[in-house]
Amino acid sequence: MKKKRLFESAVQGIFLLLGLITVGCVLIISVYLIVSGIPAIKEIGLFDFLFGREWQSTSSNPKFGILPFILTSVYGTAGAIVIGVPIGFFTAVYLSKLAGKRIRAAIETAVNLLAGIPSVVYGLVGMLVLVPGIRSLFNIPDGASLLAAIIVLAVMILPSIIKVSVTALDSVPKEYEDASLALGATPVETYFKISVPAAKSGIAASVVLGVGRAIGEAMAVMMVAGNVANMPSIFQSVRFLTTAVASEMAYSSPGSLQRNALFSIALVLFLFIMLINAALNFFLKREKGK
Amino acid sequence: MNGKRKFYTFFMRGLMYVCSLTTAALLIFMLCYITVKGAPNVSWKFLTTKPSYLKGNIGILPDIMNTVYIVLATLLIVLPLGVGAAIYLTEYAKSKKTVAVIEYAAEALSGIPSIIYGLVGMLLFSANFGTCLLAGALTLVIMNLPTVMRTTQESLKTVPQSYREGAFGLGAGKWRVIRTVVMPGCIDGVITGCILSVGRILGESAALLFTAGFAHALNGILSGLTSSGATLTVALYVYAKEEGEFGVAFAIAFILMIMTLIINMSASLVGKYFAKRRRV
Amino acid sequence: MSYIVTTEKLNLWYGETHALKDINISIPKNSITALIGPSGCGKSTFLRTLNRMNDLIQNVSTQGKIIYNGQDIFDKNVDVNELRRNVGMVFQKPNPFPMSIYDNIAYGPRTHGITNRARLDELVEESLRGAAIWDEVKDRLKKNALGLSGGQQQRICIARALAVKPEVLLMDEPTSALDPISTSRIEELILNLKEKYTIIIVTHNMQQAVRISDNTAFFLLGELIEFGETEKVFSYPKDKRTEDYITGRFG
Repeated sequence: MKKKRLFESAVQGIFLLLGLITVGCVLIISVYLIVSGIPAIKEIGLFDFLFGREWQSTSSNPKFGILPFILTSVYGTAGAIVIGVPIGFFTAVYLSKLAGKRIRAAIETAVNLLAGIPSVVYGLVGMLVLVPGIRSLFNIPDGASLLAAIIVLAVMILPSIIKVSVTALDSVPKEYEDASLALGATPVETYFKISVPAAKSGIAASVVLGVGRAIGEAMAVMMVAGNVANMPSIFQSVRFLTTAVASEMAYSSPGSLQRNALFSIALVLFLFIMLINAALNFFLKREKGK
Repeated sequence: MNGKRKFYTFFMRGLMYVCSLTTAALLIFMLCYITVKGAPNVSWKFLTTKPSYLKGNIGILPDIMNTVYIVLATLLIVLPLGVGAAIYLTEYAKSKKTVAVIEYAAEALSGIPSIIYGLVGMLLFSANFGTCLLAGALTLVIMNLPTVMRTTQESLKTVPQSYREGAFGLGAGKWRVIRTVVMPGCIDGVITGCILSVGRILGESAALLFTAGFAHALNGILSGLTSSGATLTVALYVYAKEEGEFGVAFAIAFILMIMTLIINMSASLVGKYFAKRRRV
Repeated sequence: MSYIVTTEKLNLWYGETHALKDINISIPKNSITALIGPSGCGKSTFLRTLNRMNDLIQNVSTQGKIIYNGQDIFDKNVDVNELRRNVGMVFQKPNPFPMSIYDNIAYGPRTHGITNRARLDELVEESLRGAAIWDEVKDRLKKNALGLSGGQQQRICIARALAVKPEVLLMDEPTSALDPISTSRIEELILNLKEKYTIIIVTHNMQQAVRISDNTAFFLLGELIEFGETEKVFSYPKDKRTEDYITGRFG
């Protein structure tokens, strides 16, 4: 009997360890990023690092200011949201409320496919369609620009915005809509004045999710943004926080200030993402709490 | 109805149509473009040879094999971990706080961008084992842990409490109850978790570039895991960005798109199959 | 006596199912008409046809006429939104919108283009008084309506329906989700509303029909079996089936 009890508590111990493994992973990732991100920030100075306008990591007199990357990430994400959210939102309302069964199934299948396609595929199509298109349309020397990145990101966040918003809109009780119609509101008025407000937490969550996806995307952006450390401007080649890390990691030597600065950039990105996660959690909790 | 209301209804309805058409056009364009550019470049030779500068040949067999190895290695490690974590959460954890902390950690993990996983994987795994598929697989394990945990957890929640009570009532110990009554109930969650993970592994590039590397050598599974290698997606990136071989890149893109389609379809089929079985 | 709603040979199908068969009925103005009958007999379907709420369900087809104020409501020229404004509806389950009490009541008037703040305030107060709930909520008009009790929510829904100044109120088992005390308050309210409105109410509760209605219509399997003054229908039913139903032999 005693042996059996011992066995049971051993099993429980093993499961406890397994249960805590996610927490362990988060801790390890945080600790590693902080430990490897702090030294460069100390050496460069927090203010010069965050607000320095120049990044010249390989010059003889190196400068490590990441303001261009931060602003590019912020502008790029904002641009993707401005384009992607309205399109995704209205599509979601259409799919959830207006579309016939077959059309809805067809579009949803395609949206799921789009959601699953690797980001490098978006980058590839962007490289061959968008970049030359922007170059000839606006008559600029190089089409690899912030604009190209914004469009690619807008397309990439579209599936998650549509999917999450459709789920939220589907779960609006039919009774609300009936009541509105019975008061003489048209179906369209009902969708936008009753259904959408009732689903607002879920729709907000979809936007935050889109922000997270856009700010964290590296490879697709790397392929279309031109990857030069300019201050952001719509027709210029730019570098995001993510691509700043990815583009120099391969050739920076371990232990150098350059590589350490890359870790510091990753730490900044990580903090951004944690903020966004907190916001997402807030909206999801509210949606559930209803 | 007055003019203002008519206009509002007309305008909003119009916006819905315009946006949905835009979405549909985008979808169709992406699918057609990739197919047209990619499909003609896919041949039997392309799929079954390795690249050779001497022969001027590009084949993606090594990349396919690397993808298979990394998928197998990742699933082999992530499944026990994720399923165990889910069992802990639904069967053992008593305090609500512990559950909340673990679930919060899982959510945090699924929000972290893959480039950060790449960095941490490089520091944690590649620094110890070298740049190799195993290091990549271990990185992917952390990335997919939340997915497997969540899908398993959801399927465990559907195991009726009465089953457990029935087994306990017969005097079975907790472990026995879990092994005989609870675990069989989570099979659909595990399968769904596998499918979703495979999809994510197939699509991953940023996390693998610095951990698994991008070599195109053809290896067996054991030597493959300990040497550097590109998965299909990484190979796509390298061929497009570094080597300018767009035909090859589109061929891989086409293959990846077909695989995504298969994964999505099997996920929904599995869901339907188990939903039906549960109802019976 | 003047009739506000008259149906002529009204038929309705859900796909293949013939749900309403040749319904002919005339509903007098400023009266309460109870629709009774076992579940699935078509009484709710009939109610939802009167403000064309069935339009929204796929595969529904209708034949025949419903004359409201001298016009067939299925006529092409009829603005269905205007019809629903004049023929309001209160549902089985209280369904206030997830917004403040004030916004709930103001939703209808706003939809129909009233934006003047003072006018809205006036309408909200008038409607809440009309639904006998003003005193209970006047201090918390900005609070979410979902925080109220079920009975209060239902009176909010009635107030919301009154705010667009309808002539007819359709009520689909408005008290079936409520406790006895809330039920009697709503019944009292319905009796008071009769002065200004014509009320058609679906009910499962035979006592309720007797307590509040002037006329009763008995539906069975999509047919209107009997229609007349409530007292007569219940005391001297003409049809055997009505008698069986009201004496509790089936349903």
